[in-house]
Amino acid sequence: MEIKVNFISQEKLNGLGEQEKLKFILEEVRKGQILVLEQGLTAEEQAKLIEMTMEKVNEKFSGIEMESYMSEKQNFWGRLLGKKRARMTIVGPADKIKTVYRDKDVIKAVIVGKR
Amino acid sequence: MGIFDKLSGWLLSIFGKRHVAIGIYGPPNAGKTTLANRIAMDWAGDVVGEASEVPHETRKIQKKDRIVIKQGKASLTIDLVDTPGIATKIDYHDFLEYGLDEEEAKKRAKEATEGVIEAIKWLDNLDGVILLMDSTKNPFTQVNITILGNLEARELPFIIAANKIDLNGSTPATLKSAFPKHEVVPISALNGVNMDLLYEAMVRKFGKKRK
Repeated sequence: MEIKVNFISQEKLNGLGEQEKLKFILEEVRKGQILVLEQGLTAEEQAKLIEMTMEKVNEKFSGIEMESYMSEKQNFWGRLLGKKRARMTIVGPADKIKTVYRDKDVIKAVIVGKR
Repeated sequence: MGIFDKLSGWLLSIFGKRHVAIGIYGPPNAGKTTLANRIAMDWAGDVVGEASEVPHETRKIQKKDRIVIKQGKASLTIDLVDTPGIATKIDYHDFLEYGLDEEEAKKRAKEATEGVIEAIKWLDNLDGVILLMDSTKNPFTQVNITILGNLEARELPFIIAANKIDLNGSTPATLKSAFPKHEVVPISALNGVNMDLLYEAMVRKFGKKRK
């Protein structure tokens, strides 16, 4: 089975506004892509992505699997804007990627075939 | 009552915000409605909604207004908001396992998606949150992390309640070590264990004037 994972650079996402960025992620995931975001999403972006996902859930698309490591330390802009950003985010279609284990430092996920 | 309690009650009576909207948040089946019912029964003699083992039983916000919680001389009036469970995926096939027919399962899934959206939007209307986690499960889920991150970003006061400590396999200590910077209260909403600790924490935390 061929498995495709797309690594999305920080530069690519920084060039998009919040709405555009989340729309891009969701569209890719709905096409069946698994994305690894070099720069993770903020907690607010994660919540917005869940909201947008719920609007799209139907019989063929059951939602997303998302995993992020939140950064313990904030950079200068993060502190100024009060936003904590994930160090990295993995997101994919719920029917393709399943988290099997997670703790503070380790995420174990498997990529599975369609139902 | 000790001097500290007297002083704290006096300060609360002067500076505290005494009427607040408190939401109960968490993943599906953490026991949110059971907790809401426990709080409402303890202080208002009424229930908020129906709890069930089928996930996403609560698919719309349920409220019980003006519940007065008393702790010594201090008291707190809360509008209690029981929210639908937050999830990143809702597959109608999962409901078939609970005996629902396909049509009911699809309807429930659709309503559940709307419930998740409503729950997230309601974060903007609250003064504080009880983040309820199932202490028999791994706390490091994306839903828990996302809710917690949003509470921190909004600077909303919150308490983590580690529910289901009456069950075998419950490890509230794991939750405490997972979130060392936050207050974790182990409870059984079903049996009422440690509810006094939760009420004390609520009055102390949510009664404070927000910055």
